Amino acid sequence: MTPPLLSLKDLVVGFPTRGGHTNVIRGVNFDLAPGETLGMVGESGSGKTTIGRAILGLAPVRGGSISFRGRLISNISRAERRSLAGDIQAVFQDPYSSLNPAMTVESILVEPLAAAGVEEGTARVRELLDAVGLPSDAGSRYPREFSGGQRQRIAIARALALRPSVIVCDEPTSALDVSTQATVLKLFRDLQQATGVAYIFISHDLGVVSNISDRIAVLYQGEIMEIGEAAQVTAEPRHPYTKRLQLAAPLADPRKQRARRLQRQALAKAG
Amino acid sequence: MAAHSATVAPVAPIRRESTLLQLLRNRQGLIWLSYLVLLVAVALLAPTLALYDVNVTDLAATNAKPFTPGHPLGGDGAGYDIYSRLIWGSRQTLIAVLIVVSVSAAIGATSGLVAGFYRGIFETAASFVSDAIMSLPGVVLLIALYAVTGPNLPAAMGVFGVIVAPTYYRLVRSIVITVRKELYIDAARVSGLSDLRIVGRHVLWAVRAPIIIHSSFIMAAGIGIESGVSFIGLGNPAAASWGTTLQRSFNGIYNNPWGVVWPSLLISITILAFVLLGNVLSDVLQSSSRNKVLSARQRRSVIARSAAVIGEVATAEPSKDSILSIRGLRIGYLTPDGEVREVVHGVDFDLRRGEIHGLVGESGSGKSQIAFATLGILPREALVLDGSVFLNGEDLMADPRKMRAARGRRIAYIPQEPMSNLDPSFTVGAQLIYGLCAVRPMSRPEAREILLALLQRVGIKDPERVMKMYPHEISGGMAQRVLICGAVASEPDIIVADEPTTALDVTVQAEVLDLLRELSEERGLAMILVTHNLGVVADLCHTVTVMKDGRFVENAGVEQIFDSPSDPYTVELLRSSRSVELMEIAS
Repeated sequence: MTPPLLSLKDLVVGFPTRGGHTNVIRGVNFDLAPGETLGMVGESGSGKTTIGRAILGLAPVRGGSISFRGRLISNISRAERRSLAGDIQAVFQDPYSSLNPAMTVESILVEPLAAAGVEEGTARVRELLDAVGLPSDAGSRYPREFSGGQRQRIAIARALALRPSVIVCDEPTSALDVSTQATVLKLFRDLQQATGVAYIFISHDLGVVSNISDRIAVLYQGEIMEIGEAAQVTAEPRHPYTKRLQLAAPLADPRKQRARRLQRQALAKAG
Repeated sequence: MAAHSATVAPVAPIRRESTLLQLLRNRQGLIWLSYLVLLVAVALLAPTLALYDVNVTDLAATNAKPFTPGHPLGGDGAGYDIYSRLIWGSRQTLIAVLIVVSVSAAIGATSGLVAGFYRGIFETAASFVSDAIMSLPGVVLLIALYAVTGPNLPAAMGVFGVIVAPTYYRLVRSIVITVRKELYIDAARVSGLSDLRIVGRHVLWAVRAPIIIHSSFIMAAGIGIESGVSFIGLGNPAAASWGTTLQRSFNGIYNNPWGVVWPSLLISITILAFVLLGNVLSDVLQSSSRNKVLSARQRRSVIARSAAVIGEVATAEPSKDSILSIRGLRIGYLTPDGEVREVVHGVDFDLRRGEIHGLVGESGSGKSQIAFATLGILPREALVLDGSVFLNGEDLMADPRKMRAARGRRIAYIPQEPMSNLDPSFTVGAQLIYGLCAVRPMSRPEAREILLALLQRVGIKDPERVMKMYPHEISGGMAQRVLICGAVASEPDIIVADEPTTALDVTVQAEVLDLLRELSEERGLAMILVTHNLGVVADLCHTVTVMKDGRFVENAGVEQIFDSPSDPYTVELLRSSRSVELMEIAS
């Protein structure tokens, strides 16, 4: 078995509150293999976003560890964290606030390259725009001239700029229309095939997660309820919470949805 | 690498005007900016413009009237030429203003940036110092300073700069705290940018406009203080300044009342220029919306123009067996270049009693516009170009009074964001009772009884306790139940629900959908359900309309739409939606 790319051991993340700390992640363990997609699904307050932010160094780790290729990366200095920019990248939920409205697409894409001291410049920008399916003249325009789906493509191009080995994707399709969501998900899959990048794919939607993931972790109140192969978690959930999540997701078919609804109501009555 | 160019629609480049150009286009901006440019020119060219040197006195000109030959604005009690003194004085005024602005902006904005970005101990200390400075009486401090340094304008203005620095500090700090939470700052950090670069490229950009606007007001204050300090005799009597000129003329006000007018006028107009320019700047730099609200007359003329283009539309009758009929509804918005952009293109729609009708489409399809038009709560800049909304055969669109009478009573509303639709400063019970008493004549205890029973019905376990709670104390799901309770309390015939479950978790969504279905069955409620989620439609609706670009593409019973969609767009929507769905579940 290949050694894991990313490894979380007994991760605890907490935020200071009045008179102490509240831990929002309470002992989470998982490994991420190179080129793999691990889906993280949960409802609001489950801590899925916080785990992603802890991996990116944006949330304080209070216990346990996160390591990348065997090197400890939790609670490292800002300078050390900057050296990880070429390895771990992110695509955020809101394509409106994740792109600085005052910068052209080109300067947004050049920024990580310049920070890393890469000298490829405009040639790489054109390559990136092409990779995410945007016209090559997009570079001179501003983010507000693009639709939500196109903006998310710009954010994906920025994440790809330094050829990372992991991208943390935090609800990258939640703000998009269904048809746009389908094409953006396909883009994620195509890019993974072309570059071998691994994803941590965070979403509240079990359907979206199962569409793209190799494995799925189900989170509830800061703990992993169930983690396993995507097919197993979605078709034969072992944990009752996963089952509840599944039955609550409505199907775009009135008859099947009626059956699912009755199943859900029966389960709710029994439990 | 894979390319997806085919999926990307071409985008039209947007013309971008520079701030200066926008400023010059504004009439006030042009006037006040020119005035200030003129003032700077006068200060620079003072040696050529002034008729006399700074300290030249002419006994013949003592208290001279205005328009005396050689002394266009007259002279003061010591025989100084007022015109020349004011020209020379503009130099000192501008220098004073520059000192105030640069000292206060340098100290205040820099410390605000650091405090807002890093927070922690520096912020605590800086905020304490800032509060301490703000509590000092500024003018008293300047007078005390005079006792130490004597007449020293740069020092006085520097100290005044320190005194007003906290206003910059507070402004910048609060903006930086907000900006710091923006995702693009996180993205920059993940991209490996150093803090210095993040502040320089991203944070400074966001505080730039507020700093410029604020500086304009500080400059106005600086002129006032400089003149005031000089006027009470704390300026350098040897140097010319507007304040000292005013003081001299004031001393001789009985001999030459006109002498007071010129410096006063100059000081007032210059302060006014800075303040008004600040207002124009804030309009130009911080304009959030380009949509203008039209007056009733402009509205009528725009609607008439658009009707002329469309031509005569056959007058439509409401359907007999429907509780709600929409006929030929067209809604538009005015673009910045005066054209009407139509977002809903003449739709017809019928709703029967007890029917749950799904209005499905992607963002920008116009589905919410129809919902808002039905309720008469379209945004103010929206234009209803044509069409009618019939409730039981009466046209609500034609008569705003009928619309008001129906809204909340016959047609109720369930919004998308439950939290922002509850007032945070009142308890849940207070706003429910207030709302119910407003639409149904009854006493508060009666309303309370009805609402307690209804809250129980919508699945709230301890209604007495929830009624005493504030909105921030309840969950999103509970807030939506409270709003549903408020909507059905007036016993309406129709509920318009705009994405009622989009903001909720999926398990809560399932429960809320169950609740809506049960309420509709119990009370024979008709419902217009606006949503982008086809699963929600399949779960709840009897009939469905699919919308695209302001038009209805397909309208049918729910099973027909899902089993055999006829329009290619519906097929595409269904395919996208089903591609991310969990179809098989082992039971």
